[in-house]
Amino acid sequence: MQIVVLVKPVPDTATGGERLGPDNRLDRAAVPAVVNANDEYAIEAALKLVEAHGGEISLVAMAPPNAPETLRKALAMGAHRGVHVTDQVLTGADALSTARVLAAAVRDLEFDLLLAGADTSDGGMGVVPAGVAALLRLPYLSYAARIEPDPDAGTVRVRRISATGFDVLEAPMPALVVCTQALGEPRYPSLKGIMAARSKEIATKSLAETGVDGVGVEAAATNRVLGSEPPPTRPPTQVVRETAPDAAKRIITFLEERRIVQ
Amino acid sequence: MTAFWVLAETGPDGGLARISAEVATLGRSLAEAAAAEVVGVVVAAEPDAAAAELARYVPRVLAIAEPAAADHVWAMIAAQRIAALVEERGPDLLLAGAGPDGRDLAGAVSVLTGRGILANATAVTWQDGGPRVEMSVFGGKLVTWSGFSGPAGIVTVRPNTVTAQPASGEAPGADSVEAVTPAGELDQPAVPIVERIEEAGAAAPIEEARIIVAGGRGVGGEEGFELVQEIADALGGAVGATRAAVDAGWINYSQQIGQTGKIVKPQLYLALGISGAIQHKVGMQTADTIVAVNRDPEAPIAEFADLLVVGDLFEVGRALVDELRTRSG
Repeated sequence: MQIVVLVKPVPDTATGGERLGPDNRLDRAAVPAVVNANDEYAIEAALKLVEAHGGEISLVAMAPPNAPETLRKALAMGAHRGVHVTDQVLTGADALSTARVLAAAVRDLEFDLLLAGADTSDGGMGVVPAGVAALLRLPYLSYAARIEPDPDAGTVRVRRISATGFDVLEAPMPALVVCTQALGEPRYPSLKGIMAARSKEIATKSLAETGVDGVGVEAAATNRVLGSEPPPTRPPTQVVRETAPDAAKRIITFLEERRIVQ
Repeated sequence: MTAFWVLAETGPDGGLARISAEVATLGRSLAEAAAAEVVGVVVAAEPDAAAAELARYVPRVLAIAEPAAADHVWAMIAAQRIAALVEERGPDLLLAGAGPDGRDLAGAVSVLTGRGILANATAVTWQDGGPRVEMSVFGGKLVTWSGFSGPAGIVTVRPNTVTAQPASGEAPGADSVEAVTPAGELDQPAVPIVERIEEAGAAAPIEEARIIVAGGRGVGGEEGFELVQEIADALGGAVGATRAAVDAGWINYSQQIGQTGKIVKPQLYLALGISGAIQHKVGMQTADTIVAVNRDPEAPIAEFADLLVVGDLFEVGRALVDELRTRSG
């Protein structure tokens, strides 16, 4: 089966150096980029699916020109090729434009499953996959904890995490599935994988090649950051070193003062 | 007249979801500030109960009966009906909850109506003729406020951003709910729910809990989480966990808080045996009050907890349960 995974290079949260530039947009040059953590679960899910059912995995990213560096790390996990949509006009693209561009980029690809991560560690909006599904009129199965395709029947079963457990969903393929950590820990690339990734194809597409109107994207910058500030600092931590019963009483007094318990 | 729509979800009992009562409360106060009209919208197989409840929060409610929503995934169906109604009536601002269904709904409505989204608001005010949407970004390292370029947009609001408060005054009349049928067919394939699996111990969505008692690696195992559950029960709260505890199989992924789990904003976050690594911190640091119990006074959580008890979480936790039970008699 053919699988496409939407991937986003994001600032490495471990560095703690993320910041906005003077234009109030994310300064992508400030911190090294990594593959978004939730997207790694989608890549891992795709790898397990092709191990079980055969097939190939294509990654699709909309990202700045230096993204292939990051995409190679995902290819080293075992994905087969990448498609990189990059264009000056996409700098600062909002969620709506991103959904439009990604939908256009995957429209021409053949796939049974389109996978995406639940959200990204930078914007964290988590709204792009639903937008892509709506634009492509694909069955949309989100928050997946298990993915079971039946290639012969051309259907896929997904366990969707619900408030009280799981909903089991079934849809014809092609379908878009949003992946979660519950699908399993992403593998580390092997040395062989890293070597192989060097020669894997990453096709670059301009905005015009996706068929999306560039002016439309630019004009559709639907929102803007007006300002920012560090979060309010918390008051200094009160430290309690007492016996357990006394410490318990201290906790309760503290909660009573704050009217959390009566 | 400027119009704000509150896109409501139904809860497990078919009534109004708690997050939607909060969003309706927020919508009403924004409408007052903007001298705008606020309208609630309910899409469900049987929308009447939720619509009647929503009418206690906002003066007018549009109820869309959609039979397919009974046994199909809700968000995509609702998005198409709402998008059709938006095209018909042209409201300015759409407000939805930022839970899993609200996100899916907002993402689809955005592309179907060409409106931009500001997601996961932690506060929304009305300023200079538009919404000023506060969001927490970069794992809470920065607070931003944003607006829309044009008059129209979609805002999703995090649970516990406002306290749900019905409108004062008379009870709503029967005419405050209007049954509507948007034009058009559903051309997005609806996804059937073939089975619903209830998990033991699964409670209300953890994002909505006012009190969360969370356990980390220090809890040590499934038995340890029984104590965490006892404390949560005694406080009337929900159980949360770190990724380490979920990865170890001590508790379900649905309870995980942090970068690859849920983002929560409870009144109280009681952290037991949690070191407070950045990946966990991003999920809970906007809690109003953070209390931690940890053996290690140097753990990162010591830097952002309001109260840190240095000690054994089992001893302190057990004492806490005893004390709470004594008090409640």
